Amino acid sequence: MKIAEPYFTRVFKTLLFVLLLLPALYYGWGIWQDQLGANPLEAVIRGLGDWALRILLLTLVMSPLRRMINWAQALRLRRMLGLYAYFYVVLHLLGYLWFDQFFDWEEIWFDILERPFITIGMAAFVLLTPLALTSTKGMIRRLGKNWKRLHSLVYLIAILAVIHFWWMVKLDVTEPAIYSAILAILLSERLYQKFSS
Amino acid sequence: MLILKSKDIKENEVTDFEIYQNRRKFMKTAAGVGISAVSGLPIIQANAKGVVSPYSTDEKLTDYEDITSYCNFYEFGTGKSDPARNAHTLVTSPWTVTVEGECEKPGQYNLEDLLKPVSIEERIYRFRCVEGWSMVIPWMGFPLADLIKRMQPTSKAKYVYFETLNDPEQMPGQKRAVLDWPYREGLRMDEAMNPLTLMGTGIYGKDLLNQNGAPLRLVVPWKYGFKNIKSIVKISFLETQPVNTWQKANKNEYGFFSNVNPEVSHPRWSQRKERRIGQFRKIKTQKFNGYGEQVASLYKGMDLKKYY
Repeated sequence: MKIAEPYFTRVFKTLLFVLLLLPALYYGWGIWQDQLGANPLEAVIRGLGDWALRILLLTLVMSPLRRMINWAQALRLRRMLGLYAYFYVVLHLLGYLWFDQFFDWEEIWFDILERPFITIGMAAFVLLTPLALTSTKGMIRRLGKNWKRLHSLVYLIAILAVIHFWWMVKLDVTEPAIYSAILAILLSERLYQKFSS
Repeated sequence: MLILKSKDIKENEVTDFEIYQNRRKFMKTAAGVGISAVSGLPIIQANAKGVVSPYSTDEKLTDYEDITSYCNFYEFGTGKSDPARNAHTLVTSPWTVTVEGECEKPGQYNLEDLLKPVSIEERIYRFRCVEGWSMVIPWMGFPLADLIKRMQPTSKAKYVYFETLNDPEQMPGQKRAVLDWPYREGLRMDEAMNPLTLMGTGIYGKDLLNQNGAPLRLVVPWKYGFKNIKSIVKISFLETQPVNTWQKANKNEYGFFSNVNPEVSHPRWSQRKERRIGQFRKIKTQKFNGYGEQVASLYKGMDLKKYY
């Protein structure tokens, strides 16, 4: 599969860029218009977290997609997807720091130390940051072989993100279980590729 | 300890819904221009035509819309908006409550018969969920103590135990075993007899909606929300402490007493603060949800970190 080159960069990538911006616009609009139910601040924090996780998993879909439908261009979407995942992670974190804790740093530090799901979420954010910072062409060139090694951290980050969600849930783990299953499929496909080659 | 006893009030004396709505409008306007701060009068007393219970708070009421759309009622689904969407399948009339155990008057009671001798009154209580959010709810109801006295518990009755309806046809959430159905709760006898403890039958002067636990629910304002068992079909007087549903689901996180306590953190949430629905900033959580004056003596000498 191949999308004609000018369409791929000009139309397809632009469309994807706009599409991935929509959740952020939706939550911004929802807050503004008070359309997010009785507990809008929690809805925003959770919703942004959901999208961060979804887009992070989407970045992991690209290389299997290339293998399965022979679509090499998929790999060229990974940087945008990865940066969007980081964008939603940052908004999600900002939502927590602001709407949940109102920048009470003592309370936040307490949370990081005492609540395992916060600890693990924070770890995922810390690990994802160098990946976002080294996503430029210059950094890819400069890091050479190490770039790939650094960016394979994404597998660990995805696992941490799913656990973060799982441990946050009070009782009904249906949703985190679905994300876990998707991640398990994506990771085992890679293991299969590695050992069958 | 408050010694004032609220007088019996007739149904038509209770603040009706339109007045509430007007009061809401007034409060919103007042908040905008600062009238309430200038007048210094509690707005609720100035507007209500019914008798104000001395147990009622004069804090700003949570919107009816929020109280009836943001609910935890896993019998109708685990999402906050599920109960409002799904609870229409519950049939609340006729409704029978079974009373059994250590009492002189066990039996099957029609709801009307249970309600006939009581006078419904209004109580505006704070409501604090274990998840860290809270509301101010104008309940309609009657003291649980009235009902208990009529059932004449024996000297063996140390606890009162409650059960929610168990019928997956009416309560579709029960088709999934997320909790061990039926939902169960319990109170120690002195907690149940405390004048704050209500059997709730309505909010905002109207009958309870199904998603809020129609037609009969428990209201214990100094405990976390999940103690306030909904749609009650069984009341039993027990000698030993029952195991409540959330304690059974996860006893490291939920206890029998479940008193609101900012000093005892839930493993996944600090309980020091709460989000009052409708407000932007969080507020500090009060011990016993601010009802310490009425209930702290019930727990004298108990280690509340151990008996959470």
